[in-house]
Amino acid sequence: MSAIYLLIAASLVVATGFLAAFIWAARSGQYEDTDTPAMRVLFDDEVTPR
Amino acid sequence: MDTQLQTFHYDNKTVRNFALATLIWGLVGMLVGLYIALEMVFPSLNLASFLSFGRLRPLHTNAVIFAFVGNGTFTAVYYSLQRLSKARMFNDTLSAINFWGWQLIIVSAALTLPFGITTSKEYAELEWPIDIAIAIVWLVFGVNMFGTIIKRRVKHIYVGIWFYIATFVAITMLHVVNSLAVPVSALKSYSAYAGVQDALVQWWYGHNAVAFFLTTSYLGLMYYFVPKASNRPIYSYRLSIIHFWALIFLYIWAGPHHLLYTSLPDWTQSLGTAFSIMLIAPSWGGMLNGLLTLRGAWDRVREDAILKFFVVGLTCYGMSTFEGPMLSLKNVNAISHYTDWTIAHVHIGALGWNGFMTFGMLYWLFPRLYNTEIFSKKLMNYHFWLGTLGIIFYAIPLYWASFVQSLMWKEFTADGMLANDNFLATVTEIIPMYMLRAFGGLLFISGVIMMIYNVFRTIAKGNFSPETEAQAPVAAVAQKTSHGEAGGYWHKAIESKPGMFLILTTIALLIGTVLELVPTFLVKSNVPTIASVQPYTPLELEGRDLYIREGCNNCHSQMIRPFRSEVERYGEYSKAGEFVYDHPFLWGSKRTGPDLARAGVNIGAAKMYRNSKWHYDHFQAPDEISPGTIMPTYYWLIADDLNVSQTKAKIGAMRSLGVPYPKGYEKKALDDLAKQAYEIASEIDPEKASEISRKEVVAVIAYLHRLGKDISRAKPQQMFLPQGYEDLPEEAVKTETPKK
Repeated sequence: MSAIYLLIAASLVVATGFLAAFIWAARSGQYEDTDTPAMRVLFDDEVTPR
Repeated sequence: MDTQLQTFHYDNKTVRNFALATLIWGLVGMLVGLYIALEMVFPSLNLASFLSFGRLRPLHTNAVIFAFVGNGTFTAVYYSLQRLSKARMFNDTLSAINFWGWQLIIVSAALTLPFGITTSKEYAELEWPIDIAIAIVWLVFGVNMFGTIIKRRVKHIYVGIWFYIATFVAITMLHVVNSLAVPVSALKSYSAYAGVQDALVQWWYGHNAVAFFLTTSYLGLMYYFVPKASNRPIYSYRLSIIHFWALIFLYIWAGPHHLLYTSLPDWTQSLGTAFSIMLIAPSWGGMLNGLLTLRGAWDRVREDAILKFFVVGLTCYGMSTFEGPMLSLKNVNAISHYTDWTIAHVHIGALGWNGFMTFGMLYWLFPRLYNTEIFSKKLMNYHFWLGTLGIIFYAIPLYWASFVQSLMWKEFTADGMLANDNFLATVTEIIPMYMLRAFGGLLFISGVIMMIYNVFRTIAKGNFSPETEAQAPVAAVAQKTSHGEAGGYWHKAIESKPGMFLILTTIALLIGTVLELVPTFLVKSNVPTIASVQPYTPLELEGRDLYIREGCNNCHSQMIRPFRSEVERYGEYSKAGEFVYDHPFLWGSKRTGPDLARAGVNIGAAKMYRNSKWHYDHFQAPDEISPGTIMPTYYWLIADDLNVSQTKAKIGAMRSLGVPYPKGYEKKALDDLAKQAYEIASEIDPEKASEISRKEVVAVIAYLHRLGKDISRAKPQQMFLPQGYEDLPEEAVKTETPKK
């Protein structure tokens, strides 16, 4: 069952990466505004709107 | 703040290419699926080796997962990432490599799998050179995606992009770890792991392939295209953030639920179950968020087929993510495992979730790419209803079939005997259900053909714009933010934040540690071996490779669960120590035919043993030996000579993986092989023994006759060897790795 060390290690590496990403996201203000991002998607920035 | 507008162009060409590839490969993958569904009703459709069920089934799964959904994912990413980032894709050349590389990989899959070039590991069947190509193209995709994210003109990263990032990162890791193998030749390799370990790694991969290739990617798609198509903001952005992080942290640990009641250690099974049950919360978070986005717009769902596709797609996602945790419960799994329940379950996901979300996206996308309206709204509606009926006709008969068959397997008479001791009786019982399933598939495919016609008529009347001009404020990301970072973002962010720096360093260290320690772990296996379990003879090894080539594991398991009904039918239940030399493991996940783990046990009750002549005749014409069977003929095994040119290299490769073949055994291997082959051939027909002994079939029979033989010779106390029982007599336990 030694392969489980490999899987746990690999999973932890990825999980740690995601944790770092989460901390970065939370600290850099990605989640400060939870209203406008949902709206912003709907607006197109295309020059000639159809 | 600088408000000067910058003008740039979105790349529509790559999006269009991926969208067309999605449609075309989707049709191909589904047609292969329909063909193998019909083979289960009409075995005579197994017209040739390259059309046999065992070889086409991996082609179907790979085509649908990697060609249909893969291209669908790329379509979604290449379209939405540009618009969400307000930036063109990072590099046009990388986009082209991503597109053409991926299509070449799909073509190479179609050129290898039907010809028996396979590793046998589900959804990872492609051989090692293609695995390397996949890794390269996937990394190209990653660079292109991260490049775009870095040069984005919007500071905020929309939740859909987070899902794409998770898809990329997790798939990279899963693919690399599961594909580790020792090559024998350009088109043949052996898994780096053996037996229980290989099974664990494989299903850790298999489960997360579903989680990250089919789920997170399509949640990203959903978070862009459902709001766009309904013109309504996502129900709760806050919920999307919470369920995203919960989902990715929980998903990765759920894999062992594919191995409940197998020889996998119990605690690992329980761990998988626990995480699987927790998964229902974030999964339903995503479904509800998608469905509730349409609140107040349900009147438009009635009118708009695109929204209908999304609603049914999301509902199917909710159904399959409810079913998933249920199937992970051991008591439910005891009934469902090895039956068609699993097949029905994945098709609710594949046809409903992936299929319908793809169709919704493409119906929305093509008119926009071609500056026109969809050719026919009516056809779109017909497609929706045909597809929905197709899913119903596909899934319900299979649910029914699985209950019927599983209960028949487990039924005992009042005298304590198996009520259906002939396995075949439990198969013929459900053939009408297989027929209905194929009908469901036919309906679904008819819808897809309608769609392709509709899309091509749309393309014909439209006017494709390879690029779309857009405007956004200059590089908003590089602007001063509320936290004060400026240009040289990552460098400053890392240096100015000790906590962040620490985490990144830890990751780097962890990677290093893993790279150093893993080889040690892999070589020193601590699965206790059973003294009577020995490496395969050269002929058996070749037979095993033929078993892999023909995809026998797609219909036959080699893992007897510790249930009375299974022990009664097949023999002694399977032990972890039996598989220590199995690179790769061949436990299978479906019993269309009976379990073969004890096919070689010819002493005692010998429930599954059949002699060489029986196997020989059975491979030639299964229907003559067992009337009504759906096993196809394998006449080519009888006609073709066994290729022994790689036998020596195979022994060497196995030895490098820790299988204790004596030093220099290669020299003797071919003599041993010929001798054993002659013995078996004499059992089949003493007069033609020397001719028959050269044929492939003899190797397969040798392998089948080896299955379970070792453990049938073991003393009873040798079968139960928990770790740490060093006080047992030395000949009973070998916990050390055998010396090379």
